[in-house]
Amino acid sequence: MTNQTLAQASDIAVWASMVLLTVAMLAFAGHLAVTGTRARSRSTDAQATADSAVGSAEQSGSVAVLTPPEVEPAPSRRWGVIGLQVTWLATFALIAGIALRGLSVSRAPLGNMYEFAVAAAMFTLVVYSAWALRKDRLWLGLFVTLPVLLILGAAKLSWYTEASQLMPSLNSIWLVIHVSVATLSVALCVIGCALALLYLAKDRAEHKGEVPGWLAALPSSPSLERITYGIHIVAFPLWTFTLIAGAIWAEQAWGRYWGWDPKEVWTFVIWVVYAAYLHARATSGWHPRKATWLAVAGAGCILINYTIVNTFFVGWHSYSGI
Amino acid sequence: MTQTKRGPAHEPITQPRLGLVGWLRWMWRQLTSMRTALMLLMLLAVAAVPGSIWPQRSVDPPRVNEFIRNNPTLGEWLDRFGFFDVYSSPWFAAIYLLLMVSLIGCIIPRAGVHWRAMRALPPRAPRNLTRLEAHATTELSADPEVVLAATRAVLSRRRLRIRRPEEGREREVASEGGYLKETGNLVFHISLLAVIVSVAVGHLWGWRAEVILPEGETFTSQAGRYDTLQTGPWVDEGSIDPFSLRIDRLDVEFETDAGGAQFGAPRLFEATATTTAEPGAPEQERVFGVNNPLHFGGTSVYLLGNGYATVTSVTDGEGTSLGTFTTPFLPQDDNYASTGAIKIPAADPQLGFYGVFLPTLRFADAGPVSDFPGLVDPALLLGVYEGTLFPGGRPQSVYTLDTAQMEQLVTEEDELSRLLLRPGDTMELPGDRGTIVFEDVIRWGGLVVRHDPGRIPVLISSIVLLGGLITMLTVKRRRVFVRVTRPGEGGGGPGERHTGLTIAGLAKGSDPNLQDYLDRIVEDIETAVATKDTA
Ligand code: HEM
Repeated sequence: MTNQTLAQASDIAVWASMVLLTVAMLAFAGHLAVTGTRARSRSTDAQATADSAVGSAEQSGSVAVLTPPEVEPAPSRRWGVIGLQVTWLATFALIAGIALRGLSVSRAPLGNMYEFAVAAAMFTLVVYSAWALRKDRLWLGLFVTLPVLLILGAAKLSWYTEASQLMPSLNSIWLVIHVSVATLSVALCVIGCALALLYLAKDRAEHKGEVPGWLAALPSSPSLERITYGIHIVAFPLWTFTLIAGAIWAEQAWGRYWGWDPKEVWTFVIWVVYAAYLHARATSGWHPRKATWLAVAGAGCILINYTIVNTFFVGWHSYSGI
Repeated sequence: MTQTKRGPAHEPITQPRLGLVGWLRWMWRQLTSMRTALMLLMLLAVAAVPGSIWPQRSVDPPRVNEFIRNNPTLGEWLDRFGFFDVYSSPWFAAIYLLLMVSLIGCIIPRAGVHWRAMRALPPRAPRNLTRLEAHATTELSADPEVVLAATRAVLSRRRLRIRRPEEGREREVASEGGYLKETGNLVFHISLLAVIVSVAVGHLWGWRAEVILPEGETFTSQAGRYDTLQTGPWVDEGSIDPFSLRIDRLDVEFETDAGGAQFGAPRLFEATATTTAEPGAPEQERVFGVNNPLHFGGTSVYLLGNGYATVTSVTDGEGTSLGTFTTPFLPQDDNYASTGAIKIPAADPQLGFYGVFLPTLRFADAGPVSDFPGLVDPALLLGVYEGTLFPGGRPQSVYTLDTAQMEQLVTEEDELSRLLLRPGDTMELPGDRGTIVFEDVIRWGGLVVRHDPGRIPVLISSIVLLGGLITMLTVKRRRVFVRVTRPGEGGGGPGERHTGLTIAGLAKGSDPNLQDYLDRIVEDIETAVATKDTA
């Protein structure tokens, strides 16, 4: 049975996380403003200087030590660090929200659209927070907290579902396996899409020869492109696993592993689009810029799958709960 | 490297003539190019989408008919181009068949190249190592021979294959590793083919059948006993496993706690059954349900639907029993308002009842409705018909009444006769035609029975596919070159650290960690040299 006190506590934790994320987002925006203007003013002579400095830092400098182009002190990272610390708090709040929701209904909280969306938001924050522990990812903070806030906002406003028990077809260990990996790989694709768009924006600005401050604070476009690829090669096997696990589950629940149900069609379409991205990147004669658009298209398909397919297309997967 | 030669501008461009073989070869090369594979992949993604927008015959044929009825013109055109059968349409097949051919044409030569590459030696070190994108230099306090030995040891510990030393190149080491990347790539693409072949096997030799089984009745699996049976082209109907199954009890529960859309949602759905694997085999009691199918050899039984069946008995005007009937009613909405037909062929003239069963009756403005899917206030509302039940002996659905040659009975007040019965009620039929007794409500289970010989091969190929994928994306194919310079040669003074070492790396594809990797190798070499010194 549903414990309403815990369910309410879960709602409060999710709201708290959203408030914290808003603070973090503003701090990260401040960080970009500060480091961006510095990066620009430092490279009055040539854009290349800023690029190579940040760029080779990204490539984790060779043994030959980097000599900074000028002796000017590095721009303050205070805002970024504050943003990151608040993001960690928001991450914990969201994890708590999910745990409370799970406790309130004594099951894995992955049973309807609201719960999927919150889980995807949580994984996005966890991936980003863990990543930022190991590498300097302060410049990315704004572009992670913003989409996460949008996801949580949509979850709260449009997809909110009261805590309750599962329908029998969802009551399976495969729910936990399939959906948690799916939401994790969606989280990676959200970050991947943010990176892809940043790369495309920076690449275009560099071609025009006019890099605005906030873009100057980012790594060079080739290294942005490499990071984009790097996150997708983690996301793609996870999505492949999602597809396989979903088929195993469908086989158990419905007696066929594949039935071209709208949700299955879109899972497949997303998989093929990301496969095309990885292919395009390996195809000589395809500029990474063109290939990266395919990664953006893949994220677009995830969005369609999540919003339109879940709510408007008739199929077996009617779990939206709304 | 290939070099493109350009003739002088005035020379006319001569196209080499391609014979038939030339053309075929050109087409084959185009089809198996990475570019075409990419186009076909993108085309496949686009082509799969219409199947999620319009209803599909393979999934839900009634919805297709409904769509065509509501949109006659659009429906006809869509149908003409196969948009209601996307996944068996010629254009969809064309895309994935071309992709398969492209894949085969890609795998075979690559497998050959990889086979040779695995047995070949790594190439020699380039002249100027510091020209390579990733490189590092350091100086060590040990003799060149010691450094070289340490380098070899470190590289082979990292599973890199080392080129044999050559005359005049004694002080350099060339090595290569990560051949597993290409192996993973080939395994991945081959398993992709294996998945497609396994799916085809399941399609050709598989079958799927449905039957509605009320509690207490025994079902024996035979081609003729199923309500529907779809077989693959190469299925022998005699080979269907002859198991039998009786549902002793169906447990169904619905949400009563949560409000909103969740109220009344199904929560538990489980059957307790007595089964025999084949005639004469011992009986077994087994529980099955959603996400928990029963297996009989290669055949699986899934509990996918449920509903209510009424038990009614009818007597004629003289009070003679015309039989007791267990009649499944088909749910029409989430609250299990269900329609069904009770047919009494033994009556003279024949009688038929058609109407709705409502598990929780409520009289709304528009008429009686069901408020909840559980049995709170069950009621049966029937119209009574008289005439010929099976005109012309045509097959008909058990859930509806063919009223072409039947007439609805009227009461003495000249109104259409409608019966409202609750369990236990007995009602007189108009005109002394007898009585109907609503004895009981039981449940029925909707079973799907499936035999798919491609199931396990698909599973195994998918797991291998995932393994190949992870391997190809994580392993890096790298070449590492090291050159050691003698004291003095590299400009090193007579200091402590006098032997120069230059290391450089080349990676296939994107490899942001290559520099890190080289730096770690250098550290390893330094440690190895240092420990050798102290030893
Ligand atoms: C049927 C659908 C196909 C899928 C889903 C698929 C998927 C993939 C994936 C995910 C990669 C990894 C790319 C990377 O390393 O980042 C890959 C690599 C590759 N694929 Fe495919 N592929 C398909 C068909 C084909 C076909 C038809 C060909 C041949 C024309 C082909 C040739 C290659 C090659 C050569 C690579 C290696 C690229 C490299 O190592 O840089 N693939 N494929």
